[in-house]
Amino acid sequence: MKIPYFPGCSLKTIGEGFEKSAIASAAVLDIELNELPRWVCCGTVSSLTTDDLMHHLAPVRNLIRVQDLEETQLVTLCSVCYSTLKRSNTLVKNDPEKLKTMNQFMYRESDYQCNVKVLHFLELLREIGFDKIKEKIKKPLRGLTLSPYYGCLLVRPKEFGIDDPETPTILQALTKALGADVIDNPYQLKCCGSYHTVDKPNLVADLGYKILTYARNSGADALVLSCPLCAFNLDNRQREIKRQYPDFVEIPILYFTQLMALAFDLDEERLGFDIHYVDPVPLLKEKQLLIDSLPLIKEK
Amino acid sequence: MSKTLKLDSEDAKKFAAKIQERSGEPIDMCFQCGECSSACPVSPEMDLMPSTLVRFTQLGLKDELINAKTIWVCASCFHCVARCPKGIDVAKVAEALRQELLRKKLDYVEVRDLSMEERQEIPQIAIISNLRKFSR
Amino acid sequence: MEEEAEKEKMVKVYIMGREFEVPATLNIVKAFEYAGYRFVRGIGCRGGYCGACATVYRFKDDYRLNFALACQKAVENNMYLTILPFMPAEKAIYDLNNLKPRGSVLLELYPEIARCVACNTCTKACPQELEVMDYVQAAIRGDIEEVSNLSFDCIQCGLCAMRCPAEIVPYNVGQLARRLYGKYIAPQAMHTHKRVEEIHACVFDEELDNYSLLAKEDVEKLKKIYVEREIKVG
Ligand code: SF4
Ligand code: SF4
Ligand code: SF4
Ligand code: SF4
Repeated sequence: MKIPYFPGCSLKTIGEGFEKSAIASAAVLDIELNELPRWVCCGTVSSLTTDDLMHHLAPVRNLIRVQDLEETQLVTLCSVCYSTLKRSNTLVKNDPEKLKTMNQFMYRESDYQCNVKVLHFLELLREIGFDKIKEKIKKPLRGLTLSPYYGCLLVRPKEFGIDDPETPTILQALTKALGADVIDNPYQLKCCGSYHTVDKPNLVADLGYKILTYARNSGADALVLSCPLCAFNLDNRQREIKRQYPDFVEIPILYFTQLMALAFDLDEERLGFDIHYVDPVPLLKEKQLLIDSLPLIKEK
Repeated sequence: MSKTLKLDSEDAKKFAAKIQERSGEPIDMCFQCGECSSACPVSPEMDLMPSTLVRFTQLGLKDELINAKTIWVCASCFHCVARCPKGIDVAKVAEALRQELLRKKLDYVEVRDLSMEERQEIPQIAIISNLRKFSR
Repeated sequence: MEEEAEKEKMVKVYIMGREFEVPATLNIVKAFEYAGYRFVRGIGCRGGYCGACATVYRFKDDYRLNFALACQKAVENNMYLTILPFMPAEKAIYDLNNLKPRGSVLLELYPEIARCVACNTCTKACPQELEVMDYVQAAIRGDIEEVSNLSFDCIQCGLCAMRCPAEIVPYNVGQLARRLYGKYIAPQAMHTHKRVEEIHACVFDEELDNYSLLAKEDVEKLKKIYVEREIKVG
């Protein structure tokens, strides 16, 4: 199966490992993720006022690019891109007047016909079936205990979520299928502080402290998530957390696609661990999920 | 110290209607159950609880609202709307209120004020989203 | 008869609101001058290279703005014309030698590119027909090579920056990317380096001295050598 794929800006930098591991693991499942040509930044957060159409232009422009390929689906990895693209898509589907205004404004593009569906990669995996994924496993993640973390935009608001907004199960189901153990973390849906990482890093550290400490204290070896912004706030900001809470113990974060790539036994260089703040490699070696032979260069 | 609020002035009504329209939320339906405030993960940082923000909007208390810290603390995390029995999205109300200032050219975050270290460290996704929320 | 033919070649234009008849063969710059204006700013090479005469125009009864280099665009009937003297644009100060060609450099020096809403207004304004939005977008994701390629024909005319609702200055971002690309990423021209080394090592001094001597003593012979010299192609 070939499917147009929307990376989003941060998967080209901080989320590099997310993208590489996703493309490689998708290939194992016979899914070819084809980067959408000429995609534009989705704008990350949706416009939430009724009179602001400007900020819906970018998402709709991307959907037009999908339409131009004569495709009807667009898959994303980042939860934020997913939510933003889906919200704009829903808006124009339900409001022909606004769609018309936007089509007229973007007169150089073809008119958007609202025939594109926005999917999160996790939804695609669920469609394929976790049993199918199980069949491809070469190295089950035995002995690894994970704390799934959804954050906000994967599940909320519920019109744009991929799972139940209060009791989602999709990450648990995937991680279990890959052979790992999961813990229940009541903070799995709690906001990581999102864009406040720019203007209120202390607040982000407070929120991260709770999420990560609960995971650590419940026996999790790592947190598993699907968003490069959550990843920055929960990985890189551990430096600030440590500064604010001297008792804090570091814990690695992993993208769900990195777990898949590990279980499928793909090359380590497709995993992008070298740019994590808290290095997950020692943990993975201890659990014998990574072999010792490959030297890793770590730059901080 | 007590303060008299003029509740049904024309201006207050107009302001309430404007925010209701701009947010697209049925603000009038709020009956102050407080679910949103208890769900909000950043309410300790707020001066007006999310439910109070909605109440004040019903009353059109413009000055109190646009001077509230709350509108710059809201993380658009949608915990509130997930819980609200009336389906009111406080994130949208906060955004409509922020826009009241941003559209008058009052930026909360100025991108050029970020230090070089911050620019080097913080990923695009964070900078872009922050500017979308906090600058005009 | 001749007079009429002459007249047919005239078009009606409006210069800052005032109506003029000017020959249809003129470009916008010349039309201004024909009408009696003299350019002090907003004019440069008159050859379509320098970008100083970027301008906007509109046709009567059309709401759309059009963009062009005034020295390149022929006047047409019912054009509304004006001059844009100078675009006050922000430019980051940097020392190229101290920069690393990391993708994030563009965003670090021009963080306002994060404000792009992908409205494509810049592209619509570009008289060079560049995909300006696409290169701003490539800049956001840190693809220096792509920015450099897409902005290659930019003449820094300033129109994109003037139109951008996010107050971005695309052309300065493009220029930084091209500088980084040229200095750090593009393959080095090794043969040029080699030749420079040879020159420094005085490999050609004797030969050059001989030619200098010939120039004084036997110009015809020098000419012959020049004409018959071996030319390497490719
Ligand atoms: S969206 Fe804003 S008000 Fe609502 S719960 Fe989140 S931070 Fe609180
Ligand atoms: S949860 Fe809804 S009804 Fe209850 S106080 Fe908040 S906004 Fe009002
Ligand atoms: S990119 Fe901008 S500055 Fe460069 S030629 Fe086009 S409009 Fe002019
Ligand atoms: S005009 Fe500005 S905001 Fe619009 S696409 Fe170009 S750079 Fe982006």
